[in-house]
Amino acid sequence: MSKAIRFAPLALLLLVIVALVWRLATPVDTNVHSKLAGRPVPFFTLAAALPTKPTVSSTDLATGQPRLVNIFASWCVPCVSEVKVLQSLKSRGVPIDGIDIRDRPADLTDFLARNGDPYERIGSDPQSQLQIALGSSGVPESFIVDGKGIIRYQHIGAIQASDMPMILTKLEQAK
Amino acid sequence: MIAEAGLAALWLAAGLAAYQFLLMILALRSNLEVARPMRAVAVVQGGLTLVAFAMLLLVFARSDMSVALVFENSHSAKPFIYKVAGAWGNHEGSMLMWVTILAVAGAFLALFSRRTTERTLIAGLGSQAVLALGFYAFLLFASNPFARLFPAPMDGQGLNPLLQDPGLAFHPPTLYLGYVGLSVAFSLAVGALLTGEVDSRLARAMRPWVLGAWILLTLGITAGSYWAYYELGWGGYWFWDPVENASLMPWLAATALLHSMNVLAARGALKAWTMMLAVIAFSMSMVGTFLVRSGILTSVHAFAIDPQRGTFLLVLLAIYVGAAFTLFALRGASLKEGAPFELVSRESGLVVNNLILSVILGIVFLGTLYPLFVEALSGEKLSVGAPYFNAVAGPLALILAVLVGVGPLLSWRSERRPVFRQLRVPALLGLSALVITMILAPDIHILPRLGFVVAAYLIAAAVLPLVGRNPLRAPLATWGMVVAHLGIAVALTGMAANAAFSSERLGIAKPGDTLSVGPWLVQLEGVTPTAGKNFTAVEAELRATRGEGAVILNPQTHYYSDPPTETNESAIRTFWNGQLYTVIGKSDASGGWQLRLWWKPFVTLIWAGGALIAMGGALALLGRIWRRRRLSSGEWRRKGYA
Repeated sequence: MSKAIRFAPLALLLLVIVALVWRLATPVDTNVHSKLAGRPVPFFTLAAALPTKPTVSSTDLATGQPRLVNIFASWCVPCVSEVKVLQSLKSRGVPIDGIDIRDRPADLTDFLARNGDPYERIGSDPQSQLQIALGSSGVPESFIVDGKGIIRYQHIGAIQASDMPMILTKLEQAK
Repeated sequence: MIAEAGLAALWLAAGLAAYQFLLMILALRSNLEVARPMRAVAVVQGGLTLVAFAMLLLVFARSDMSVALVFENSHSAKPFIYKVAGAWGNHEGSMLMWVTILAVAGAFLALFSRRTTERTLIAGLGSQAVLALGFYAFLLFASNPFARLFPAPMDGQGLNPLLQDPGLAFHPPTLYLGYVGLSVAFSLAVGALLTGEVDSRLARAMRPWVLGAWILLTLGITAGSYWAYYELGWGGYWFWDPVENASLMPWLAATALLHSMNVLAARGALKAWTMMLAVIAFSMSMVGTFLVRSGILTSVHAFAIDPQRGTFLLVLLAIYVGAAFTLFALRGASLKEGAPFELVSRESGLVVNNLILSVILGIVFLGTLYPLFVEALSGEKLSVGAPYFNAVAGPLALILAVLVGVGPLLSWRSERRPVFRQLRVPALLGLSALVITMILAPDIHILPRLGFVVAAYLIAAAVLPLVGRNPLRAPLATWGMVVAHLGIAVALTGMAANAAFSSERLGIAKPGDTLSVGPWLVQLEGVTPTAGKNFTAVEAELRATRGEGAVILNPQTHYYSDPPTETNESAIRTFWNGQLYTVIGKSDASGGWQLRLWWKPFVTLIWAGGALIAMGGALALLGRIWRRRRLSSGEWRRKGYA
């Protein structure tokens, strides 16, 4: 048996190992990339969630400056902690609109009174129809919409305090 | 205390494995006397791992939530059998099971191996100890199954409900026994390469191990295929999923080894090739474990994704396989090939068998790892699916199945008789299968049609080795071969029938509605809520009829709370000519229910064939053991039996 043949398995093994090492060393991208990023917000109008607050419609989202659209509900537990993060985003001048999913006005008033109200406008989506149109599968989720009404980023789950720099950068890029 | 006792047993076993390895080095360098305690050390090491494993079973049986592993994988409300099975239904526990089997196999090798020279046995036991040592280190440093939690939680986090199935209790242990059984062939091959004693005695020493491991792998793959078929509710029996491929690759290598080993045992030929296969077979087992445990390839089986553990396993893999391949490269030149053989002979038949099996192995290996390479080079994510594997491996497997009918008829060294005349009847059967399928089913795909043809031919060809002699006086090993080859024909028939004639129906039905699938009319009688010990469920009542009489099927959807998961429990009814397979899905707003119905003609033959193949292996193994008992070892050698 020639030397080349005898060493061939070893060479093949090396090749495979190198590929596997490379694969282990490359972190897997676990972020979900939204198919809606880069597309305009679907046309919608919503009823106001509360008599005291204006509602959101798709035309309100193309006002020349980027906005954060937050999908939430008073019955959603992670939303409670997310409100605090939204408050500090608001204090840095980020305009935030809310879309309230399958909720009752009394519960919503209660929720805002207890946890704070970062929203400029809140629209009510009692059948999750807008939520589905936006490709959102849960509460909370947030969308960054640029000044022309184009979706730039979809955030799945609550925005944590540690996500704030990333969100602010994305908002900056959307200008 | 129980967990600590288990951990202590594991540390002691690791110490003994290190000692065993040291003994081998000393013995091979100076004299064999040094290694006298080796057999005892191997046996005690195996015993200690059994103790550690028993301790793990005990903490699971008692639902001791202060052990992190129990907390993560068990729940007090779980049925007892699944509490115990939960011990190996997770990463740490399954690795402990792996190393236990490895060490116990070493102990059995030490106790019962009398075939090889003392020198090769010592080298083999040393190699087995090194293998175990690496996995002890992996357990103790990277995945300790006995780690405690303080304070102890109130209750556990449950177990993946997909795995709460009787299949779980037996499927992984069977596969692991098969995987690790191949470690002995690996160690004996490494030992023989070290001592230079690659001969027919070595092949005979290896044979029971390879046969045993191969039987268990065959059973494990067959059972796993059936488990996926009824539990996942997709109606398929093989998905070419990376984890399935991980069990198929060692099986392909072991099948090749099984055949080349016989050439080495009978004729002293194919030395280097057989050693290479022995190394590859266990390497494939390790590759399989690595793929499953590192989560490097995404799959329906993805259990635990942990790069640190993946790295550890990869290092072990690189060391063991690298060392064995290096040894092969250095010592391969000194291997003298044995008796020569002619172009048409049993040997050359087995060489062709090995070549085809190796090519199929290469195809599966490449298909499984190809996405990695592509992503490395172009950054593009892709997956290789059934179309590739079926199109590339399918025809090769069919060619192999044709040759399976020819090989056993050939005689050793050179064939002078007109054997091909014997194949007239099988060939005629194959031809008639072709004509019949052309007339009755002109539209089926070419691959299933060829499947029918080859299966019909092989059913006759496989029994030819028993024709023309008194079948009752034929050796048990010959019977084993015939049964295993018949099993291939049977499984092939099932696969072809399933591919050609399955009918599927996906529809929405309200209570009272009727859907048709194949020859069946299936009526949804009603849907009722029900509950089990740790789940709630909805159950459909389906009334199926195809003319005379009717059968009732009750598919269910289970909802588990810990963790919140939904599973579809299919309801399957087996008839002599096929299976009716029903699954209930979600309900829609108008009160209709999704129903998936399949009629799968002769699908059960697939697993019956698998069972026959394993049974053939068992007959061969029995035959070898029985004949060995009958002859003393000296007589055995003098007669030069294969």
